[in-house]
Amino acid sequence: MAHTSHDGENYLNHEKGLWSWLSTIDHKRIGVMYLFTVLVFFFIGGVAAMLVRAELFRPGLTLMTADTYNKMFTYHGTIMVFMVVIPLIPSAFGNFVLPMMLGAKDVAFPKLNLASYYVWLAGALVATASLVVNQLDTGWTFYTPYSIRTSTSASWVLLGAFIMGFGGIFTSLNFIATIHKLRAPGLTWGRLPLFVWASYATAIVQLLATPVLALTLFLVVLERSTGIGIFDPKLGGDPVLFQHFFWFYSHPAVYIMALPAMGIISEVIPVHARKQVFGYWAIALATFGIALVAFVVWGHHMFVSGQSELANFLFSLITMFVAVPTGVKVFSWVATLYKGDLHFRMPLLYAFAFIFVFTIGGLTGVFLAALGSNVHLTDTYFVVAHFHYVMVGGTIMGMLAGLHHWFPKMSGRMYSEGWARVSWFLVFMGFNITFFPQFIVGSQGMPRRYYDYVPEFTTLNQISSVGAWIIGVGFVLMALYLLHALFRGAKAPPNPWGAATLEWAQDSPPPFHNFDKDPVVTHGPYDYRTSH
Amino acid sequence: MAHAPAMDGNRQYAHHFLSADHEFETSKQGIWLFLLQEVLFFSPLFVAYYVFRGLHPADWHAAAQLLDWRMGALNTVILICSSLTMALAVHGAQTSNKKKLVVNLILTLGLACGFLVVKYFEYTHKFHMGIYPAGAFTYEGLGQYPAAKLYFSIYYAMTGLHGIHVLGGMAVMLWVLKRAMRGEFNAHYYTPVEMTGLYWHFVDLVWIYLFPILYLLG
Ligand SMILES: [Cu+2]
Repeated sequence: MAHTSHDGENYLNHEKGLWSWLSTIDHKRIGVMYLFTVLVFFFIGGVAAMLVRAELFRPGLTLMTADTYNKMFTYHGTIMVFMVVIPLIPSAFGNFVLPMMLGAKDVAFPKLNLASYYVWLAGALVATASLVVNQLDTGWTFYTPYSIRTSTSASWVLLGAFIMGFGGIFTSLNFIATIHKLRAPGLTWGRLPLFVWASYATAIVQLLATPVLALTLFLVVLERSTGIGIFDPKLGGDPVLFQHFFWFYSHPAVYIMALPAMGIISEVIPVHARKQVFGYWAIALATFGIALVAFVVWGHHMFVSGQSELANFLFSLITMFVAVPTGVKVFSWVATLYKGDLHFRMPLLYAFAFIFVFTIGGLTGVFLAALGSNVHLTDTYFVVAHFHYVMVGGTIMGMLAGLHHWFPKMSGRMYSEGWARVSWFLVFMGFNITFFPQFIVGSQGMPRRYYDYVPEFTTLNQISSVGAWIIGVGFVLMALYLLHALFRGAKAPPNPWGAATLEWAQDSPPPFHNFDKDPVVTHGPYDYRTSH
Repeated sequence: MAHAPAMDGNRQYAHHFLSADHEFETSKQGIWLFLLQEVLFFSPLFVAYYVFRGLHPADWHAAAQLLDWRMGALNTVILICSSLTMALAVHGAQTSNKKKLVVNLILTLGLACGFLVVKYFEYTHKFHMGIYPAGAFTYEGLGQYPAAKLYFSIYYAMTGLHGIHVLGGMAVMLWVLKRAMRGEFNAHYYTPVEMTGLYWHFVDLVWIYLFPILYLLG
């Protein structure tokens, strides 16, 4: 039974063969399976993005017809939201590190964990099946009544998103129970790593918000199949009610995406700045502040939908409050960096990219939260730029910080810092080149989702398209050096960054059975003096 | 050996828990979290009910008259009884009383069937009158109340979703019954019985809300 750390056994080589992966209930392997699957979808969604930007390189027809273009941005949005950005950090990194951070042997319900993966995968496959059936063209928001009327395969995608939702619900249920019940002795709430706090808040939001979307999407499927009429104005139903339900989930979904990324940043910064995190409780509580406010701001997506003036006013006001806990976090991170012993390795570089980009995303959110400017900016490229700064800048930069932070732990290999820096530069610069011009072109009035535009907008659109391809090159380079590291990289030591959280107390990669000796926690997660 | 279960006296539990009690408590928390998301799963329909009721109070009232409150009341009684038998089944498991467990599980299953039979007669009666969800609604008697057909959309959606939950509960009960007859449950291990019981009480509770707002309030 005993696995010493010297016999070379680990979770990757403990059992061999494809079936040992597909039937595993080990949280580490399930995390790796999620990561792999999500990255496949990220590639597909990314290719769609490149094609969208190629079409927009010039006004009029450049590459594809207007119909194809509608389908292309719909798939880009749907895949990136439901199959990439939402599951990415909780399901991939959460599964891999969360139980180890708690000193637990696994999540509370390991079989349910595997079931979550398959439920989510089944939903993803149903949704992508529509690619071959009859591609969808509604955009990822599925607004009624168009989503009821369209002859494209809306039902497949809606059903797919419905099923995927339950994958997420089961995962979050699992994480909440794991955090409540499986903490190692001595791991008090005040010693939880901030990534655990972030995962906890995320799981609560996901557990409570997802079922609302699931039922709503199912009702749209019923609209299409039986004419149930609840969202169909022709039958006396109310399409704005759909928007309320949709955003009741989809606004909190932004925090399902952002909170775990913030959790990663809160891990990465203290480790690579060699400093106790500044404002531990401030960050932990701000996480819950954001999660709480997340549930009462959905109406800011509907300022021009005809909802009442009073509702507009209240939603606008409460939305501004989001800036407070977010600001608390940003200042805490910066204060942690202040006078720290900074090691400019990849995780920290991505954390810097995160703070830079996410701050722009957050501040431009204030323009959209303000009623007057919102009316001007609604449905323009300003919105597109804003949510890409938040979702890509936030979640993807945070994810990349986490990927570079935990890659040695997951794979047992080190990657090449040199190539990683080149790739970081391309992704970071490419991102800003792509999306900053969209703020300008949006404020000048270019509507989002349009196939065509007036010639005056050509230059800014071309800059944006070139930026997108720079990001593409950056990611291809990243795939190359990570694959190289996987097969040829130097062996990773157990704790290459000198971190103090429990996942680093094991070998890289960790043994199949976490923790031969049950850990007892005696210090905080960022206490680098006692843990060398 | 991979993930061999550990032993606590004569009680088995999964390797990542400290004891069988630890596993039981964690599973119980899991089912509570599941029920919490169930509440939110039903919530859009309740919201839609109240939104349209607020917009068309007269239509709502007129439409509700078409439901037979006696059928609804009968089903309410049936489900309350089934909650009682379910509770007795759990008690049977807790006291290692196999006969009490099995008999009460069968009774609960029977009552659940009874509920669905009543529902079946209600549905078919409505269908004969042409009372379908809004898109297929052909009933003529409510001509001056155009929103009445939306009432029935919501009625079918709510009771249909609840009915699916009843069916799901019955499937789980059959599985628990099979294990109970093999004697797998006793005072030391009855987690699935307890979980099924909690779920079943939730399904009953949903009906306790549906009955007054659909049949009585209108
Ligand atoms: Cu929002």
